[in-house]
Amino acid sequence: MAIRTLLVANRGEIAVRIIRAAKALGIRTVQAYSDADADSLAVRLADARVNIGPPHATKSYLNIARIVEAALDSSADAIHPGYGFLAENAAFAEAVAAAGLTFVGPSAEAIRLMGDKVSARTMAARAGVPTVPGSAGRVDGLDAGRTVVAETGFPVMIKAAAGGGGRGIRIARSMEEFERLWPQASGEAKAAFGDGGLYLERVVENARHVEVQVLGDGRRAVHCFERECSLQRRRQKVWEEAPFAGLAEDVRASLCSSAVALAEAVGYSGAGTVEYLYDDATGAFFFLEMNTRIQVEHPVTEMITGIDLVGEMLRIAGGEKLRFAQADISRNGHAIEVRLNAEDPDNGFLPGPGVVNDFRVPGGPGVRFDTMLYDGYSIPPFYDSLLGKLIVWGEDRPTALARLRVALGELNIGGLKTTKSLFARLGEDGDVRAGKFHTRWLEGWLEGQAGGKQ
Amino acid sequence: MATHSILSPLPGTFYRRPAPDQPAFKEDGDTVAVGDVIGLIEVMKSFHEVKADCAGRIVRFTVDNEDPVMAGNPLVEVEL
Repeated sequence: MAIRTLLVANRGEIAVRIIRAAKALGIRTVQAYSDADADSLAVRLADARVNIGPPHATKSYLNIARIVEAALDSSADAIHPGYGFLAENAAFAEAVAAAGLTFVGPSAEAIRLMGDKVSARTMAARAGVPTVPGSAGRVDGLDAGRTVVAETGFPVMIKAAAGGGGRGIRIARSMEEFERLWPQASGEAKAAFGDGGLYLERVVENARHVEVQVLGDGRRAVHCFERECSLQRRRQKVWEEAPFAGLAEDVRASLCSSAVALAEAVGYSGAGTVEYLYDDATGAFFFLEMNTRIQVEHPVTEMITGIDLVGEMLRIAGGEKLRFAQADISRNGHAIEVRLNAEDPDNGFLPGPGVVNDFRVPGGPGVRFDTMLYDGYSIPPFYDSLLGKLIVWGEDRPTALARLRVALGELNIGGLKTTKSLFARLGEDGDVRAGKFHTRWLEGWLEGQAGGKQ
Repeated sequence: MATHSILSPLPGTFYRRPAPDQPAFKEDGDTVAVGDVIGLIEVMKSFHEVKADCAGRIVRFTVDNEDPVMAGNPLVEVEL
C-alpha cells in the first residue's frame, strides 16, 4: 500500500533530501528530532515534527523503541532510516515491521546477511561475484589460517568477522608476522565485538574503491552504473564521481551485472550499493561489501541517470514494482560530489561547530547543493561534521571539474572552518585532473602538502 | 575552603570514562593534579581529553556521563 505519512528517522542533509523526495510523491512528512535539532532545516520543512529525546544519539536517533513509538504517535505508516544511525540495523527493521509499519529499505534478513562480512562474502561468491583471494569464511584457528595464507600469499589482511568501518583490521606481510598478529586480532575482535571470529583476505595494493548502485523490488534488480570513491581520508570518502571515467566498457558491463546478480540473490528491495576493490594494473574487481541503505554519495548517480533514488525507495517500499527495465537506464555526462565538513583542513581536520553566517549557495547549470544549513543556524556538536554536499554535472569530466571550480568559488559558509579549501586545491592537482588516484592517494597527498609548508 | 570549577573547553558530549567498559577517570573525593585527565568531550565524533587546570580534591562532578555540555560549562568542582 502506498505510503501516506512518512517518519524521517534521521537528521542533517539526508533528512532534508528524504523530505523533498516524499513531498514530491504527495507523502506527508513527520520529522523525528532530538532536543539538539529543534531548529533544524528538516524540522522546518517537514509537515509535522516529533521529539525523540536528548541530544546523545543513543537516547534519540539510535533509540529503537522511542522511534517506533514516535511513528505510531504521529500516525506514520512508514519510517525512512536515512544513512548511519539505524539504517543498517536488522533489529530496527524487525521492530518497525512488528509495529505494523513499513521500513523503507530491504528486509531484516537481507540487512543481516549483508551485514556479516563472512555471510556477505559467501553470498557474493555464490552469486558469481569475484571476491578477493582469501578464506572461504571464518578461519578456525591459527593452523587453518596458515594453510589459507600459503595459498593467498602476502600481504594479507586479518579481519574481524563482526567488524566494520575499517576496525579490527591487521595486515601481515610475512608468515612470521601472521603468526604473531593472529592471537592479537582474535583477542581484540572478542573484546570489541564479542565475537572472536576472523577471516583472511589478500591485500590488493593501490586499489580503487568502485561501487555499483542497485535498485530492487524483492524479485528483480537493476543497476544505475558505478561510482568512483577512492579519494578518502581515514577510510571516509571525501570526493566521489560517477561514472568511473577510466573503466573499460566490457569491465563496466561485468562489474554492474555482478552487482545485479548479488542483489537478486538476496531478494533485495530498495536502494543498495555493492562495493568493490578495483585493480588498475589488471582491470580486475573484487567484492568488498554491500551497503543496504541509501548512501551519502547517491546524488552523483542521480545526476548521470536522472533517477530520483530516494523517490524510488519510497515507491518500492509502498509496494510498487520496479519501474525500469535495465535497458531503460542510461547514463549521460559526468558528475562529481565533494563533502563539505565542519573541519579545518589546515589544522589536522579538527572538527568544530559554529553559527552559520554569510551563507551563499552556488548555482548555474549542472550545480546542486544538498545541505541543512541556513543563515543563523547553530550547528550542534553532537553529530557528524557533514554540512552539505556540492554536486556538479558536466557533459564530460573536464566540464564537471570546471564547474566544480566555479561553484566552489561561489560557495560561502561563514562562521566556521570547512573543508572547502581542500577541494579547491584538489581540483587543481594534476593527478586528480588526470583521474590517477587510489584509496591511499589522498593521505599521501595531504602529508606532502603539510611537509611543503614547513 | 576555596573551590575551583574545571570548565568544558568545547561544546559536545561529556564522558567520564575512557570507554564504556572501563572505570571513570576520576570519582568524587579523588585528588587531582594539574594535567590529570578528568573526562572526554566528544565533538562531531572526535574525542578530546579534558585536563585539570588546578590541583586539589574533587568535591563533585556537576555534569553526568553522556550529558550535553556547552563550552564554558562547569564540569567538576575541586577543593583547592
